[in-house]
Amino acid sequence: MTDITKEAIMPPRSFLSQDAIQVFYRLLAALLICAVLAVLSDSFLSLGNILNVLRQASLTFFIASGLTLVVLTAGLDLSVGANVALSACIAGTVIHKTGSPALGILTGLACGGLVGLLNGIMVTALRIPSFIATYGMLWVLNGLTYWYMAGETLHGFPAGFRQIGSGYLFGLPIPVYLLLVFLGIGTLFAQRTIWGQEIYAIGANPVAARLSGIPVARRLLLVYAVSGIMAGLASIIFLSRLNSAEADIGESLTLPAIAAVLIGGTSLFGGVGTVFGTFIGALILTLVLNGMNLLSVSANWQPLVTGIIVILAVWLDMKTRRRTQ
Amino acid sequence: MSDALPIEVTSPMPLLELRGIRKEFPGVKALDDVSFAVYPGEVHMLLGENGAGKSSLMKVLCGAYRADAGEFFYKGENVAISSTADAQKLGIAVIFQEFSLVPYLDIAQNIFLGREPGGRVPGTIDRRKILADAKRVLDTIGFDIDPSTIVDKLGVAQQQMVEIAKAISQDARILVMDEPTAALSDRETELLFALIARLKADGVAIVYISHRMAEVFAIGDRITVLRDGRRIDGVRPADVTPDQLVRMMVGRNVDMTYPRHFADKPGEVLLEVKGLTAPTGISDINIEVRRGEIVGLCGLVGSGRSEVARAIFGADPVTSGEIIFDGKTISGEPDLAARRGIALIPESRKSEGLALLRTVSDNLVVSTLRKLFPSGLFDQRSAQRTADGLIRQLRIATPSPRQTVGLLSGGNQQKVVIGKWLAAGSKLFIFDEPTRGIDIGAKSEIFALIDRLVAEGAAALMISSEQIEICHVCDRAYVMREGRIAGHLTRNELTEENIVRLGMHHA
Repeated sequence: MTDITKEAIMPPRSFLSQDAIQVFYRLLAALLICAVLAVLSDSFLSLGNILNVLRQASLTFFIASGLTLVVLTAGLDLSVGANVALSACIAGTVIHKTGSPALGILTGLACGGLVGLLNGIMVTALRIPSFIATYGMLWVLNGLTYWYMAGETLHGFPAGFRQIGSGYLFGLPIPVYLLLVFLGIGTLFAQRTIWGQEIYAIGANPVAARLSGIPVARRLLLVYAVSGIMAGLASIIFLSRLNSAEADIGESLTLPAIAAVLIGGTSLFGGVGTVFGTFIGALILTLVLNGMNLLSVSANWQPLVTGIIVILAVWLDMKTRRRTQ
Repeated sequence: MSDALPIEVTSPMPLLELRGIRKEFPGVKALDDVSFAVYPGEVHMLLGENGAGKSSLMKVLCGAYRADAGEFFYKGENVAISSTADAQKLGIAVIFQEFSLVPYLDIAQNIFLGREPGGRVPGTIDRRKILADAKRVLDTIGFDIDPSTIVDKLGVAQQQMVEIAKAISQDARILVMDEPTAALSDRETELLFALIARLKADGVAIVYISHRMAEVFAIGDRITVLRDGRRIDGVRPADVTPDQLVRMMVGRNVDMTYPRHFADKPGEVLLEVKGLTAPTGISDINIEVRRGEIVGLCGLVGSGRSEVARAIFGADPVTSGEIIFDGKTISGEPDLAARRGIALIPESRKSEGLALLRTVSDNLVVSTLRKLFPSGLFDQRSAQRTADGLIRQLRIATPSPRQTVGLLSGGNQQKVVIGKWLAAGSKLFIFDEPTRGIDIGAKSEIFALIDRLVAEGAAALMISSEQIEICHVCDRAYVMREGRIAGHLTRNELTEENIVRLGMHHA
C-alpha cells in the first residue's frame, strides 16, 4: 500500500483516538458483511431477521461486555459460561420454589456476582494468574452445577418472567432494549468514569498504575465482580428465553464471548479496547452465523469460520495499530 | 587491502567509515548527513542529548535501521549494512542498555546461543565443548567465573561482561556500547574500563555512548558530538573542555551548576521515619525531611536506597518501624500514601512510571482522577485541559496531549511522571534517580522544577548516583550502606568525597 492511500484511509490522529479508529474499522466490516448478505439472501434485510440477529447477539454481548473489562486489565475470565449455568440453575430453582421471578433474578445476579468476586479474590489476594484462577473456577462451577442438578432439567417458568427473554415492546424484542441499555452503561462506565480510566491504566501497566496511587486490587475485584454479575444477567435472559435450564448450558458460551471480545479489538495484553467494539464483535459473530443459516450452509462450519474471523481480526488490528504508532 | 596496517599509525585507514548517513521517520530527521569513522584500537565517544541521533546512528550501525541515504566503507571498501546479519558479518556488535541475555540459561549457553557446537547425536549439544569454549572466551576478557552459572544469578555488571564475551566470541571488531556504566558501581566501572583498554590493545574499535562527562575524558580517544540528528563536531579530548562539549551538545550555554535557592531556615517536619525495617533488606532506617528541603539519599547501587523509598510509599511491605507523615502515622498501599500527599517518581520510568502506550494526557491525570472528578464521572476534555496546563507549566515537548507518551524523549517522559504528581498536589516528592538517561538541558529544568516545588512548601527526598548532583542541589543527605543509614551529611559536609567515604564497604 502506498503512503498516499495510507493517509487517505487513516483519519487524522487529532480527530479520533486509536480506539475510535479501531471501532470505525469494525463498523465498516460489519456493514460489509451486511451488504454481502443482503445481496446473497433476500430474507436477510427483513425486519424479522435483523431483530433476530440483534436478539441473538445480545446474549453473547452480555457475557462479553463484563469479560471486556477483565480483558482490559490484561486478565481473562474463563468461568463466565460455567457461571451462567450455575446462576441459571439456582435462579430457576428459586423461581420454582418461591414463585417469585424478582427473587429469582436477584439470586441469579447475586450468584454470578459472588462467583466473580471469588475470582477477583483469587487474582488479587492469592495472586493466582487470572487465566488459571478462572479456569479452575470453571471446573468447580461445573462440578457444583452437575451435583446440584443431578441430571434434572428445570422447566416451565411464569409467563411474565419469560417476557424478559422472548417478549416484545413497541415491536422490538426486550433483550434488544437490554442490549442497548447495557451497551450504554458499559460504554459510560469504561469511558466516562474514573474507575474506567483506572481500569485502562491498570491494563496498560499494572506496576505504574499501583505506583500512581490507583487501588489496583480493589479495581480488579470490581472488574471480576462485574464480569460475574453480567454472567448472572445473561443467565436470567437465557433462562427466560429457553424456559428451561440444565447443567450443561454454559459450555457453549465462554468461547464465543472471548471471540466477541477479541474480534471487537480488545487486546489480551490489556489497556486497549472498548465495550462498543465488543458489541460489534458480538454482532459480527452473529451476522456470520445468521448468514450461514440463511444460505443453508451447514452449522458444522461455524466454529471454523469463527476461528478464522478471530485470527483475521486480531491480525488486522495489530497491523493497523502498528502503522499508526 | 591494508589488513596489516600497524595500529599505532596516527591515521590508518578507518575500520569502518560512514558517509552522509540519512535516516528519516515521519516528521523527524533522525540522522541528517552524518559522517563518522572509527579506527582500530580507539575508543570513540558518541555524545549528544537525548534525541540527538545517537541511538539512531547505533541502530544504523548494527543494521537494525536501514539508512535512507549514505555509504558504508569497511577497511576502505564500499559495503552495505542493510540487516543485522550484514553488520554481524562485518564484526559489528552492540551492547544495548537492556541486555539480550536469556535469564534462565547459563553463561556458556548464552554466549553460544544459536551457534551451539553439536554433540555426537544429531540435535544435541556438546556440553563439554561449549563450556570449554566459553571458558576460553571469558579468559580472553579477563572475566573469572564458572561458565555454567545461570545468568539470572548474575549482577548487572557481570551480565554486561557476558554480553561482551558473546560479542568477542563472534569475532566482533567494532563494539558499540550504549551507556555501559549507567548501572555500574564505581568499582565495576573500573573493571569495565580495564577491559576496554584490553580490547583496544587487541585492535578492537569501540564506539561508546555516554552521558557522563568524566568518562569521556577518562577513556575517550576521539569524540563525536551529535545534535538534532547532525554531526556537530569531531574533537580529541585534549583539545576541549567539558564546558565546550556541553555547548556543542546543547547549542547554547548551560550552567553546569544547577539552580538552587536554599531556604534560610528549614520548615516544619513533613516526614519522619523511625526504625524502619523491611524484608527487602533495609533495617533501622531513621530519616527526617522538612518542608522546603531537598534531602539526598545516597550510597552505592544496591545499598537499599530504592527500598527505603518504596517502603515509605507503601510499595513494599514493612516489618517494623514507623512512618509519620504530616503528623500522622501511615501504613498501607501506595494509593493511601498518594492520597495523603506522597509522590514517588520511580527509578525506571518506562516500566514503573508510565503507561507507555497511553497518551500524555492519560498519564498526566492518572493520579489526580479523584480530585479532578469528585463526582466519579470522567470528562476527556477537562482532563486534556488539565494536561495542557501541565504541559505548558513543565514545558513538555509534545505535539499534543493526545500523543502516545512512549514516543517522547526521556526528559519529557520524566516531566510527565513528575507532572502527574504536581496535578495531584503532592507534598513530599520522592525522586529515585530523577535524571537517569536524561540530557543535560532537561536535567537543569528538572532541578529547577524541584527547587520551585520545595520553595513553595513541598519537600523532596532525592536518590541519585550522581554525587555531584546531590552536592549541588541538596540541603543535606543521608548515606546508605548495606541496607542501613551509614551517616548524615549537612550542607557544609556535602562533598563527593564524604559521600563516597561513608558509602564504601569496609570489608
